[in-house]
Amino acid sequence: MRQLAAIAAFAVAVALLPGLTGSGVVLNIAIMTLYAALLGQAWNILAGFGGQFSFGHAVFFGTGAYAAAVLQARFGWNAWATLPAALALGAAVGAFIGTLSFRYGLRGSYFALVTLAFAEVFRILANNVQFTGAGVGLMVKLQPGAAHFQFADKAGYLHVILAFVVVGLLVSWWLKHSRYGAWLQAVRDNEDSAAALGVNVFAVKLQAIMLSGALTAAAGVFYVQYFQYIDPSLAYGPAVSVEALLGPIIGGLGTIWGPILGATVLHLLGEATRGLVSSLPGVNLVVYGALLVLMIMFLPRGIIGLVK
Amino acid sequence: MLHIINFAHGAALMVALYGVFFLHQKAGLDPYLSLPVMVPAMFVAGYALYRFVVAKASHGKDENILLVTLGVAIVLENVALTLWKSDTRTIETGYTFTTVAIGPAMIALPKLVAFAGAAIVAALLLAMMRGTDLGRAIRACAKERQGARLVGIDVEHVFAMSFGIGLACLGAAACFLLPAYYVNPQVGNGFVLIAFTIVVLGGMGSFAGALLGGLLVGVVESIGGLYLGESLGQIGIFLIFIAVLLFRPQGLFGARA
Repeated sequence: MRQLAAIAAFAVAVALLPGLTGSGVVLNIAIMTLYAALLGQAWNILAGFGGQFSFGHAVFFGTGAYAAAVLQARFGWNAWATLPAALALGAAVGAFIGTLSFRYGLRGSYFALVTLAFAEVFRILANNVQFTGAGVGLMVKLQPGAAHFQFADKAGYLHVILAFVVVGLLVSWWLKHSRYGAWLQAVRDNEDSAAALGVNVFAVKLQAIMLSGALTAAAGVFYVQYFQYIDPSLAYGPAVSVEALLGPIIGGLGTIWGPILGATVLHLLGEATRGLVSSLPGVNLVVYGALLVLMIMFLPRGIIGLVK
Repeated sequence: MLHIINFAHGAALMVALYGVFFLHQKAGLDPYLSLPVMVPAMFVAGYALYRFVVAKASHGKDENILLVTLGVAIVLENVALTLWKSDTRTIETGYTFTTVAIGPAMIALPKLVAFAGAAIVAALLLAMMRGTDLGRAIRACAKERQGARLVGIDVEHVFAMSFGIGLACLGAAACFLLPAYYVNPQVGNGFVLIAFTIVVLGGMGSFAGALLGGLLVGVVESIGGLYLGESLGQIGIFLIFIAVLLFRPQGLFGARA
Protein backbone atom coordinates (compact mmCIF):
# COMPACT_ATOMS: atom_id res chain seq x y z
CA MET A 1 0.00 0.00 0.00
CA ARG A 2 2.86 2.35 0.81
CA GLN A 3 4.24 1.74 -2.68
CA LEU A 4 0.85 2.48 -4.26
CA ALA A 5 0.67 5.74 -2.34
CA ALA A 6 4.17 6.60 -3.55
CA ILE A 7 3.13 5.86 -7.14
CA ALA A 8 0.09 8.14 -6.76
CA ALA A 9 2.23 10.89 -5.23
CA PHE A 10 4.75 10.57 -8.08
CA ALA A 11 1.97 10.79 -10.68
CA VAL A 12 0.46 13.91 -9.12
CA ALA A 13 3.84 15.61 -8.66
CA VAL A 14 4.92 15.08 -12.28
CA ALA A 15 1.46 15.95 -13.63
CA LEU A 16 1.69 19.34 -11.88
CA LEU A 17 5.13 20.08 -13.39
CA PRO A 18 3.79 22.11 -16.35
CA GLY A 19 2.01 24.36 -13.86
CA LEU A 20 5.34 25.19 -12.22
CA THR A 21 7.35 25.90 -15.34
CA GLY A 22 6.35 26.88 -18.82
CA SER A 23 9.88 26.20 -20.05
CA GLY A 24 9.77 23.93 -23.08
CA VAL A 25 13.34 22.83 -22.44
CA VAL A 26 12.58 21.57 -18.95
CA LEU A 27 9.41 19.83 -20.08
CA ASN A 28 11.26 18.25 -22.99
CA ILE A 29 13.87 16.83 -20.60
CA ALA A 30 11.08 15.52 -18.39
CA ILE A 31 9.33 13.91 -21.38
CA MET A 32 12.52 12.26 -22.67
CA THR A 33 13.35 11.05 -19.17
CA LEU A 34 9.91 9.48 -18.75
CA TYR A 35 10.18 7.97 -22.21
CA ALA A 36 13.55 6.39 -21.30
CA ALA A 37 12.03 5.26 -18.01
CA LEU A 38 9.21 3.53 -19.90
CA LEU A 39 11.70 1.67 -22.09
CA GLY A 40 13.61 0.74 -18.95
CA GLN A 41 10.49 -0.47 -17.13
CA ALA A 42 9.59 -2.70 -20.05
CA TRP A 43 13.11 -4.14 -20.21
CA ASN A 44 13.13 -4.54 -16.43
CA ILE A 45 10.08 -6.85 -16.53
CA LEU A 46 12.00 -9.39 -18.58
CA ALA A 47 15.55 -8.84 -17.29
CA GLY A 48 15.10 -7.48 -13.78
CA PHE A 49 12.22 -9.69 -12.66
CA GLY A 50 12.73 -12.59 -15.06
CA GLY A 51 16.53 -12.72 -15.39
CA GLN A 52 16.43 -12.85 -19.20
CA PHE A 53 18.79 -10.14 -20.48
CA SER A 54 17.70 -8.86 -23.86
CA PHE A 55 20.11 -6.87 -26.03
CA GLY A 56 17.54 -6.31 -28.74
CA HIS A 57 14.57 -4.57 -27.21
CA ALA A 58 14.56 -2.32 -30.26
CA VAL A 59 12.75 -5.17 -31.97
CA PHE A 60 9.63 -4.45 -29.86
CA PHE A 61 10.09 -0.69 -29.89
CA GLY A 62 10.44 -0.57 -33.66
CA THR A 63 7.48 -2.86 -34.17
CA GLY A 64 5.29 -0.60 -32.05
CA ALA A 65 6.60 2.51 -33.79
CA TYR A 66 6.07 1.08 -37.27
CA ALA A 67 2.64 -0.30 -36.37
CA ALA A 68 1.55 3.21 -35.43
CA ALA A 69 3.28 4.94 -38.35
CA VAL A 70 2.10 2.49 -41.02
CA LEU A 71 -1.49 2.33 -39.78
CA GLN A 72 -1.67 6.11 -39.61
CA ALA A 73 0.20 7.07 -42.74
CA ARG A 74 -0.91 4.25 -45.03
CA PHE A 75 -4.35 3.33 -43.71
CA GLY A 76 -5.48 6.59 -42.17
CA TRP A 77 -6.11 5.17 -38.70
CA ASN A 78 -6.63 7.47 -35.76
CA ALA A 79 -3.42 7.68 -33.71
CA TRP A 80 -5.05 6.43 -30.52
CA ALA A 81 -6.55 3.47 -32.34
CA THR A 82 -3.06 2.33 -33.36
CA LEU A 83 -2.07 1.94 -29.70
CA PRO A 84 -3.90 -1.35 -29.01
CA ALA A 85 -2.76 -2.70 -32.38
CA ALA A 86 0.85 -1.79 -31.57
CA LEU A 87 0.61 -3.36 -28.11
CA ALA A 88 -0.77 -6.55 -29.64
CA LEU A 89 1.96 -6.64 -32.27
CA GLY A 90 4.66 -6.01 -29.64
CA ALA A 91 3.30 -8.91 -27.60
CA ALA A 92 3.09 -11.07 -30.73
CA VAL A 93 6.73 -10.42 -31.64
CA GLY A 94 7.58 -11.21 -28.03
CA ALA A 95 5.66 -14.46 -28.27
CA PHE A 96 7.46 -15.34 -31.50
CA ILE A 97 10.99 -14.65 -30.21
CA GLY A 98 10.16 -16.08 -26.80
CA THR A 99 8.72 -19.30 -28.15
CA LEU A 100 11.76 -19.91 -30.32
CA SER A 101 14.43 -19.01 -27.78
CA PHE A 102 12.84 -20.46 -24.64
CA ARG A 103 11.63 -23.62 -26.37
CA TYR A 104 15.20 -24.34 -27.40
CA GLY A 105 16.53 -23.47 -23.97
CA LEU A 106 18.60 -20.38 -24.76
CA ARG A 107 19.92 -18.79 -21.60
CA GLY A 108 22.19 -15.98 -20.52
CA SER A 109 24.42 -14.47 -23.16
CA TYR A 110 22.96 -16.60 -25.94
CA PHE A 111 19.48 -15.23 -25.38
CA ALA A 112 20.95 -11.71 -25.42
CA LEU A 113 22.69 -12.35 -28.73
CA VAL A 114 19.60 -13.87 -30.34
CA THR A 115 17.47 -10.86 -29.44
CA LEU A 116 20.15 -8.62 -30.89
CA ALA A 117 20.17 -10.66 -34.10
CA PHE A 118 16.36 -10.45 -34.34
CA ALA A 119 16.54 -6.67 -34.04
CA GLU A 120 19.06 -6.62 -36.89
CA VAL A 121 16.85 -8.87 -39.04
CA PHE A 122 13.89 -6.54 -38.48
CA ARG A 123 16.05 -3.50 -39.24
CA ILE A 124 17.18 -4.97 -42.54
CA LEU A 125 13.61 -5.95 -43.43
CA ALA A 126 12.28 -2.48 -42.59
CA ASN A 127 15.04 -1.07 -44.76
CA ASN A 128 13.93 -3.10 -47.76
CA VAL A 129 10.17 -3.44 -47.58
CA GLN A 130 8.15 -0.78 -49.34
CA PHE A 131 5.22 -0.37 -46.94
CA THR A 132 7.55 0.77 -44.15
CA GLY A 133 8.88 3.46 -46.43
CA ALA A 134 12.19 1.53 -46.66
CA GLY A 135 15.31 3.55 -45.93
CA VAL A 136 13.52 6.88 -46.33
CA GLY A 137 11.32 6.26 -43.32
CA LEU A 138 7.73 7.26 -42.67
CA MET A 139 6.28 10.60 -41.71
CA VAL A 140 3.04 10.95 -39.82
CA LYS A 141 0.65 13.64 -40.95
CA LEU A 142 0.46 16.77 -38.81
CA GLN A 143 -3.01 16.82 -37.24
CA PRO A 144 -2.95 18.96 -34.10
CA GLY A 145 -5.47 18.07 -31.43
CA ALA A 146 -5.68 15.72 -28.50
CA ALA A 147 -8.04 13.49 -30.50
CA HIS A 148 -5.11 12.78 -32.83
CA PHE A 149 -2.47 12.24 -30.12
CA GLN A 150 -0.81 15.52 -31.08
CA PHE A 151 -0.57 18.39 -28.69
CA ALA A 152 0.16 22.04 -29.21
CA ASP A 153 2.20 22.25 -26.01
CA LYS A 154 4.57 19.85 -24.29
CA ALA A 155 2.24 19.43 -21.30
CA GLY A 156 -0.06 17.14 -23.28
CA TYR A 157 2.79 14.83 -24.27
CA LEU A 158 4.07 14.87 -20.70
CA HIS A 159 0.72 13.70 -19.37
CA VAL A 160 0.46 10.90 -21.93
CA ILE A 161 3.95 9.52 -21.31
CA LEU A 162 3.38 9.93 -17.57
CA ALA A 163 0.24 7.78 -17.87
CA PHE A 164 2.29 5.09 -19.67
CA VAL A 165 4.98 5.22 -16.99
CA VAL A 166 2.37 4.92 -14.23
CA VAL A 167 1.04 1.81 -15.96
CA GLY A 168 4.65 0.53 -15.98
CA LEU A 169 4.94 1.29 -12.25
CA LEU A 170 1.70 -0.55 -11.53
CA VAL A 171 2.86 -3.55 -13.55
CA SER A 172 6.14 -3.60 -11.58
CA TRP A 173 4.21 -3.29 -8.33
CA TRP A 174 1.97 -6.17 -9.39
CA LEU A 175 5.05 -8.28 -10.20
CA LYS A 176 6.34 -7.62 -6.69
CA HIS A 177 3.09 -8.63 -5.04
CA SER A 178 1.41 -11.27 -7.17
CA ARG A 179 1.75 -15.00 -7.50
CA TYR A 180 2.83 -14.60 -11.12
CA GLY A 181 5.56 -12.17 -10.06
CA ALA A 182 6.79 -14.66 -7.48
CA TRP A 183 7.00 -17.35 -10.17
CA LEU A 184 8.90 -15.02 -12.47
CA GLN A 185 11.41 -14.11 -9.78
CA ALA A 186 11.80 -17.77 -8.86
CA VAL A 187 12.68 -18.50 -12.48
CA ARG A 188 15.25 -15.69 -12.41
CA ASP A 189 16.88 -16.90 -9.20
CA ASN A 190 17.07 -20.56 -10.15
CA GLU A 191 15.33 -21.93 -13.18
CA ASP A 192 15.86 -25.58 -12.28
CA SER A 193 14.58 -25.27 -8.72
CA ALA A 194 11.59 -23.27 -9.94
CA ALA A 195 10.77 -26.04 -12.40
CA ALA A 196 11.22 -28.65 -9.68
CA LEU A 197 8.71 -26.77 -7.51
CA GLY A 198 6.12 -26.98 -10.25
CA VAL A 199 6.49 -23.57 -11.93
CA ASN A 200 5.81 -23.76 -15.64
CA VAL A 201 9.10 -22.08 -16.56
CA PHE A 202 8.42 -21.83 -20.28
CA ALA A 203 4.98 -20.23 -19.86
CA VAL A 204 6.20 -17.79 -17.21
CA LYS A 205 9.10 -16.59 -19.34
CA LEU A 206 6.90 -16.38 -22.43
CA GLN A 207 4.32 -14.23 -20.62
CA ALA A 208 7.10 -11.97 -19.34
CA ILE A 209 8.55 -11.36 -22.80
CA MET A 210 5.07 -10.67 -24.20
CA LEU A 211 4.30 -8.19 -21.43
CA SER A 212 7.69 -6.56 -21.89
CA GLY A 213 7.23 -6.44 -25.67
CA ALA A 214 3.82 -4.80 -25.41
CA LEU A 215 5.05 -2.12 -23.01
CA THR A 216 8.09 -1.42 -25.22
CA ALA A 217 5.78 -1.10 -28.22
CA ALA A 218 3.85 1.57 -26.31
CA ALA A 219 7.11 3.54 -26.08
CA GLY A 220 7.44 3.14 -29.85
CA VAL A 221 3.95 4.54 -30.43
CA PHE A 222 4.73 7.50 -28.21
CA TYR A 223 8.00 8.12 -30.08
CA VAL A 224 6.18 8.28 -33.42
CA GLN A 225 3.56 10.71 -32.10
CA TYR A 226 6.18 12.92 -30.47
CA PHE A 227 8.64 13.13 -33.37
CA GLN A 228 6.18 12.27 -36.15
CA TYR A 229 8.87 10.38 -38.01
CA ILE A 230 10.44 6.92 -37.92
CA ASP A 231 13.12 5.20 -40.01
CA PRO A 232 14.73 1.75 -39.77
CA SER A 233 17.81 2.80 -37.76
CA LEU A 234 15.78 4.86 -35.29
CA ALA A 235 13.31 2.02 -34.87
CA TYR A 236 15.49 -1.07 -34.84
CA GLY A 237 19.01 0.33 -34.31
CA PRO A 238 21.04 -0.65 -31.24
CA ALA A 239 20.63 2.76 -29.57
CA VAL A 240 17.13 1.94 -28.29
CA SER A 241 18.21 -1.48 -27.02
CA VAL A 242 21.04 0.16 -25.07
CA GLU A 243 18.81 2.93 -23.74
CA ALA A 244 16.34 0.31 -22.47
CA LEU A 245 18.94 -1.52 -20.40
CA LEU A 246 20.96 1.43 -19.07
CA GLY A 247 18.22 2.86 -16.84
CA PRO A 248 17.32 -0.26 -14.86
CA ILE A 249 20.95 -1.34 -14.45
CA ILE A 250 21.94 2.06 -13.11
CA GLY A 251 18.81 2.54 -11.03
CA GLY A 252 18.37 -0.99 -9.74
CA LEU A 253 17.44 -4.24 -11.49
CA GLY A 254 14.17 -5.89 -10.58
CA THR A 255 12.89 -2.97 -8.53
CA ILE A 256 9.80 -0.81 -8.97
CA TRP A 257 11.59 2.54 -8.98
CA GLY A 258 14.95 1.54 -10.48
CA PRO A 259 14.18 2.33 -14.14
CA ILE A 260 12.83 5.80 -13.31
CA LEU A 261 15.72 6.57 -11.00
CA GLY A 262 18.27 5.37 -13.55
CA ALA A 263 16.66 7.27 -16.43
CA THR A 264 16.59 10.46 -14.34
CA VAL A 265 20.25 10.17 -13.34
CA LEU A 266 21.27 9.44 -16.93
CA HIS A 267 19.36 12.33 -18.44
CA LEU A 268 20.53 14.83 -15.86
CA LEU A 269 24.13 13.66 -16.34
CA GLY A 270 23.66 13.78 -20.10
CA GLU A 271 22.35 17.33 -19.96
CA ALA A 272 25.15 18.36 -17.60
CA THR A 273 27.93 16.97 -19.81
CA ARG A 274 26.32 18.45 -22.89
CA GLY A 275 26.15 21.79 -21.09
CA LEU A 276 29.82 21.58 -20.08
CA VAL A 277 31.36 20.36 -23.31
CA SER A 278 28.75 20.89 -25.97
CA SER A 279 31.25 21.10 -28.81
CA LEU A 280 32.30 17.47 -28.58
CA PRO A 281 29.98 14.93 -30.19
CA GLY A 282 29.42 11.68 -28.35
CA VAL A 283 30.84 12.87 -25.05
CA ASN A 284 27.60 12.19 -23.17
CA LEU A 285 27.64 8.62 -24.48
CA VAL A 286 31.18 8.20 -23.13
CA VAL A 287 29.75 9.09 -19.72
CA TYR A 288 26.88 6.58 -20.17
CA GLY A 289 29.24 3.76 -21.14
CA ALA A 290 31.65 4.48 -18.31
CA LEU A 291 28.76 4.66 -15.86
CA LEU A 292 27.49 1.27 -17.06
CA VAL A 293 30.89 -0.33 -16.41
CA LEU A 294 31.34 1.39 -13.04
CA MET A 295 27.85 0.50 -11.83
CA ILE A 296 28.29 -3.17 -12.66
CA MET A 297 31.71 -3.11 -11.06
CA PHE A 298 30.88 -1.35 -7.81
CA LEU A 299 27.09 -1.23 -7.44
CA PRO A 300 25.63 -4.27 -9.15
CA ARG A 301 22.33 -3.66 -7.35
CA GLY A 302 22.04 -0.15 -8.70
CA ILE A 303 21.54 3.16 -6.93
CA ILE A 304 18.57 1.73 -5.05
CA GLY A 305 20.93 -0.89 -3.61
CA LEU A 306 22.64 1.95 -1.72
CA VAL A 307 19.47 2.76 0.18
CA LYS A 308 18.34 -0.72 1.06
CA MET B 1 36.58 -21.03 -26.28
CA LEU B 2 36.28 -19.72 -22.76
CA HIS B 3 32.72 -18.54 -23.25
CA ILE B 4 33.76 -14.94 -22.77
CA ILE B 5 31.54 -13.08 -25.16
CA ASN B 6 33.31 -9.85 -25.84
CA PHE B 7 31.02 -7.18 -27.13
CA ALA B 8 33.89 -4.72 -27.40
CA HIS B 9 35.54 -6.82 -30.10
CA GLY B 10 34.33 -4.52 -32.86
CA ALA B 11 35.27 -1.39 -30.97
CA ALA B 12 38.73 -2.84 -30.28
CA LEU B 13 39.16 -3.52 -33.98
CA MET B 14 38.17 0.08 -34.64
CA VAL B 15 40.82 1.29 -32.19
CA ALA B 16 43.42 -0.94 -33.86
CA LEU B 17 42.45 0.41 -37.29
CA TYR B 18 42.93 3.96 -36.01
CA GLY B 19 46.28 2.86 -34.58
CA VAL B 20 47.42 1.60 -37.98
CA PHE B 21 45.99 4.70 -39.64
CA PHE B 22 47.88 7.12 -37.41
CA LEU B 23 51.10 5.09 -37.58
CA HIS B 24 50.84 5.49 -41.34
CA GLN B 25 49.86 9.14 -41.21
CA LYS B 26 52.19 10.46 -38.52
CA ALA B 27 55.12 8.04 -38.60
CA GLY B 28 54.87 7.06 -42.23
CA LEU B 29 54.84 3.41 -41.29
CA ASP B 30 53.54 0.98 -43.87
CA PRO B 31 50.46 -0.88 -42.55
CA TYR B 32 52.17 -4.24 -42.89
CA LEU B 33 55.23 -2.96 -41.03
CA SER B 34 52.91 -1.81 -38.21
CA LEU B 35 52.40 -5.45 -37.27
CA PRO B 36 55.26 -5.61 -34.73
CA VAL B 37 53.86 -2.47 -33.07
CA MET B 38 50.14 -3.18 -33.17
CA VAL B 39 50.15 -6.84 -32.14
CA PRO B 40 52.02 -6.39 -28.83
CA ALA B 41 50.24 -3.11 -28.10
CA MET B 42 46.82 -4.69 -28.56
CA PHE B 43 47.90 -7.71 -26.53
CA VAL B 44 48.90 -5.54 -23.58
CA ALA B 45 45.71 -3.48 -23.90
CA GLY B 46 43.60 -6.64 -23.96
CA TYR B 47 45.37 -8.20 -21.00
CA ALA B 48 44.97 -5.03 -18.94
CA LEU B 49 41.36 -4.53 -20.03
CA TYR B 50 40.44 -8.00 -18.84
CA ARG B 51 42.49 -7.91 -15.64
CA PHE B 52 41.47 -4.49 -14.42
CA VAL B 53 38.03 -3.95 -15.90
CA VAL B 54 36.20 -7.01 -17.19
CA ALA B 55 37.24 -9.48 -14.48
CA LYS B 56 36.69 -6.96 -11.69
CA ALA B 57 33.28 -5.94 -12.93
CA SER B 58 31.81 -9.25 -13.98
CA HIS B 59 31.46 -10.84 -10.51
CA GLY B 60 31.69 -14.19 -12.27
CA LYS B 61 28.47 -13.87 -14.25
CA ASP B 62 28.29 -14.26 -18.02
CA GLU B 63 25.63 -11.59 -18.54
CA ASN B 64 27.77 -9.10 -16.68
CA ILE B 65 30.69 -9.73 -19.03
CA LEU B 66 28.39 -8.96 -21.92
CA LEU B 67 27.15 -5.76 -20.27
CA VAL B 68 30.61 -4.60 -19.21
CA THR B 69 32.10 -5.16 -22.64
CA LEU B 70 29.09 -3.35 -24.10
CA GLY B 71 29.91 -0.42 -21.83
CA VAL B 72 33.55 -0.55 -22.94
CA ALA B 73 32.42 -0.60 -26.56
CA ILE B 74 30.21 2.47 -26.07
CA VAL B 75 33.08 4.32 -24.38
CA LEU B 76 35.66 3.42 -27.05
CA GLU B 77 33.36 4.24 -29.93
CA ASN B 78 32.38 7.62 -28.56
CA VAL B 79 35.87 8.56 -27.42
CA ALA B 80 36.89 7.94 -31.03
CA LEU B 81 33.96 10.04 -32.18
CA THR B 82 34.94 12.84 -29.81
CA LEU B 83 38.60 12.78 -30.76
CA TRP B 84 38.51 12.07 -34.46
CA LYS B 85 34.95 13.00 -35.53
CA SER B 86 32.85 10.70 -37.63
CA ASP B 87 34.86 11.15 -40.85
CA THR B 88 35.62 7.99 -42.75
CA ARG B 89 39.32 7.77 -43.43
CA THR B 90 41.34 5.63 -45.77
CA ILE B 91 45.01 5.36 -46.51
CA GLU B 92 46.65 5.09 -49.84
CA THR B 93 49.66 2.90 -50.37
CA GLY B 94 51.59 2.05 -53.49
CA TYR B 95 49.82 -1.28 -53.73
CA THR B 96 46.22 -0.33 -52.85
CA PHE B 97 45.07 -0.78 -56.41
CA THR B 98 47.49 -3.48 -57.48
CA THR B 99 45.79 -6.63 -58.64
CA VAL B 100 47.16 -10.09 -59.16
CA ALA B 101 45.88 -12.51 -61.74
CA ILE B 102 45.34 -16.02 -60.44
CA GLY B 103 43.99 -18.08 -63.30
CA PRO B 104 40.96 -16.21 -64.60
CA ALA B 105 40.39 -14.20 -61.41
CA MET B 106 41.82 -10.76 -60.73
CA ILE B 107 42.36 -10.30 -57.02
CA ALA B 108 43.39 -7.10 -55.27
CA LEU B 109 46.83 -7.52 -53.76
CA PRO B 110 45.86 -6.25 -50.28
CA LYS B 111 43.09 -8.86 -50.12
CA LEU B 112 45.50 -11.60 -51.11
CA VAL B 113 47.94 -10.50 -48.42
CA ALA B 114 45.09 -10.37 -45.90
CA PHE B 115 44.11 -13.91 -46.84
CA ALA B 116 47.66 -15.16 -46.36
CA GLY B 117 47.98 -13.19 -43.13
CA ALA B 118 44.78 -14.66 -41.72
CA ALA B 119 45.95 -18.16 -42.61
CA ILE B 120 49.31 -17.61 -40.89
CA VAL B 121 47.67 -16.17 -37.76
CA ALA B 122 45.26 -19.11 -37.63
CA ALA B 123 48.13 -21.58 -37.99
CA LEU B 124 50.07 -19.83 -35.21
CA LEU B 125 47.03 -19.89 -32.92
CA LEU B 126 46.43 -23.54 -33.60
CA ALA B 127 50.08 -24.37 -32.89
CA MET B 128 49.92 -22.37 -29.67
CA MET B 129 46.76 -24.09 -28.48
CA ARG B 130 48.14 -27.52 -29.28
CA GLY B 131 51.77 -27.23 -28.33
CA THR B 132 52.37 -24.74 -25.53
CA ASP B 133 51.68 -24.82 -21.82
CA LEU B 134 49.52 -21.73 -22.19
CA GLY B 135 47.42 -23.43 -24.86
CA ARG B 136 46.95 -26.45 -22.65
CA ALA B 137 46.02 -24.20 -19.73
CA ILE B 138 43.44 -22.36 -21.84
CA ARG B 139 41.89 -25.63 -22.92
CA ALA B 140 41.89 -26.83 -19.33
CA CYS B 141 40.13 -23.66 -18.13
CA ALA B 142 37.58 -23.99 -20.89
CA LYS B 143 36.76 -27.57 -19.94
CA GLU B 144 36.82 -27.38 -16.19
CA ARG B 145 37.51 -24.12 -14.43
CA GLN B 146 37.53 -25.48 -10.88
CA GLY B 147 39.72 -28.41 -11.83
CA ALA B 148 42.19 -26.13 -13.57
CA ARG B 149 42.42 -24.03 -10.44
CA LEU B 150 42.98 -27.13 -8.30
CA VAL B 151 45.98 -28.27 -10.33
CA GLY B 152 47.60 -24.89 -9.88
CA ILE B 153 46.63 -22.98 -13.00
CA ASP B 154 46.23 -19.24 -12.41
CA VAL B 155 42.78 -19.10 -14.01
CA GLU B 156 42.45 -15.31 -13.99
CA HIS B 157 45.84 -14.99 -15.67
CA VAL B 158 44.86 -17.54 -18.33
CA PHE B 159 41.60 -15.71 -19.05
CA ALA B 160 43.44 -12.40 -19.32
CA MET B 161 46.06 -13.98 -21.60
CA SER B 162 43.40 -15.32 -23.96
CA PHE B 163 41.62 -11.96 -23.94
CA GLY B 164 44.96 -10.34 -24.80
CA ILE B 165 45.62 -12.84 -27.57
CA GLY B 166 42.14 -12.15 -28.95
CA LEU B 167 42.90 -8.45 -29.15
CA ALA B 168 46.38 -9.12 -30.54
CA CYS B 169 44.67 -10.94 -33.41
CA LEU B 170 42.58 -7.81 -33.96
CA GLY B 171 45.80 -5.81 -34.10
CA ALA B 172 47.04 -8.10 -36.85
CA ALA B 173 43.64 -8.00 -38.57
CA ALA B 174 43.73 -4.20 -38.56
CA CYS B 175 47.13 -4.16 -40.28
CA PHE B 176 45.89 -6.50 -43.00
CA LEU B 177 42.51 -4.82 -43.34
CA LEU B 178 43.29 -1.14 -43.59
CA PRO B 179 45.00 -1.05 -47.02
CA ALA B 180 41.77 -2.35 -48.56
CA TYR B 181 39.31 -0.87 -46.10
CA TYR B 182 38.47 2.29 -44.19
CA VAL B 183 38.12 3.43 -40.63
CA ASN B 184 35.52 5.49 -38.80
CA PRO B 185 34.22 5.30 -35.21
CA GLN B 186 31.37 2.95 -36.17
CA VAL B 187 33.43 0.61 -38.34
CA GLY B 188 33.56 -2.13 -35.70
CA ASN B 189 29.78 -2.56 -35.33
CA GLY B 190 29.38 -4.46 -38.52
CA PHE B 191 31.98 -6.99 -37.46
CA VAL B 192 30.65 -7.88 -34.02
CA LEU B 193 27.66 -9.99 -34.99
CA ILE B 194 29.49 -11.40 -38.00
CA ALA B 195 32.31 -12.57 -35.73
CA PHE B 196 29.83 -14.14 -33.30
CA THR B 197 28.05 -15.80 -36.19
CA ILE B 198 31.26 -17.33 -37.49
CA VAL B 199 32.29 -18.63 -34.09
CA VAL B 200 28.87 -20.02 -33.24
CA LEU B 201 28.51 -21.54 -36.69
CA GLY B 202 31.86 -23.25 -36.51
CA GLY B 203 31.39 -24.38 -32.95
CA MET B 204 32.68 -22.55 -29.89
CA GLY B 205 36.30 -23.34 -29.25
CA SER B 206 36.96 -25.01 -32.58
CA PHE B 207 39.60 -23.33 -34.74
CA ALA B 208 38.93 -25.38 -37.84
CA GLY B 209 35.25 -24.64 -37.27
CA ALA B 210 35.93 -20.91 -37.07
CA LEU B 211 37.87 -21.02 -40.37
CA LEU B 212 35.14 -22.97 -42.15
CA GLY B 213 32.47 -20.81 -40.50
CA GLY B 214 34.27 -17.73 -41.79
CA LEU B 215 34.35 -19.16 -45.29
CA LEU B 216 30.65 -20.07 -45.14
CA VAL B 217 29.62 -16.64 -43.86
CA GLY B 218 31.68 -14.99 -46.61
CA VAL B 219 30.02 -17.10 -49.27
CA VAL B 220 26.52 -16.51 -47.83
CA GLU B 221 27.17 -12.77 -47.70
CA SER B 222 28.34 -12.68 -51.32
CA ILE B 223 25.52 -14.86 -52.64
CA GLY B 224 22.95 -12.97 -50.58
CA GLY B 225 24.32 -9.70 -51.91
CA LEU B 226 24.17 -11.03 -55.46
CA TYR B 227 20.58 -12.28 -55.38
CA LEU B 228 18.88 -10.07 -52.80
CA GLY B 229 20.82 -6.85 -53.25
CA GLU B 230 23.50 -5.27 -51.11
CA SER B 231 21.36 -4.29 -48.12
CA LEU B 232 18.85 -7.18 -47.96
CA GLY B 233 21.68 -9.67 -48.55
CA GLN B 234 23.02 -9.01 -45.03
CA ILE B 235 19.96 -10.72 -43.60
CA GLY B 236 21.32 -14.17 -44.45
CA ILE B 237 24.08 -13.88 -41.84
CA PHE B 238 21.69 -13.05 -39.03
CA LEU B 239 19.22 -15.73 -40.01
CA ILE B 240 22.04 -18.28 -39.98
CA PHE B 241 23.12 -16.98 -36.60
CA ILE B 242 19.63 -17.34 -35.11
CA ALA B 243 19.07 -20.75 -36.68
CA VAL B 244 22.39 -22.14 -35.46
CA LEU B 245 21.90 -20.85 -31.92
CA LEU B 246 18.43 -22.35 -31.77
CA PHE B 247 18.87 -25.65 -33.54
CA ARG B 248 22.54 -26.54 -33.31
CA PRO B 249 24.14 -24.51 -30.51
CA GLN B 250 27.21 -26.74 -30.53
CA GLY B 251 27.94 -25.48 -34.05
CA LEU B 252 28.41 -27.40 -37.24
CA PHE B 253 31.68 -28.95 -36.15
CA GLY B 254 31.78 -28.61 -32.38
CA ALA B 255 31.12 -31.46 -30.00
CA ARG B 256 28.05 -31.26 -27.80
CA ALA B 257 29.02 -29.46 -24.62
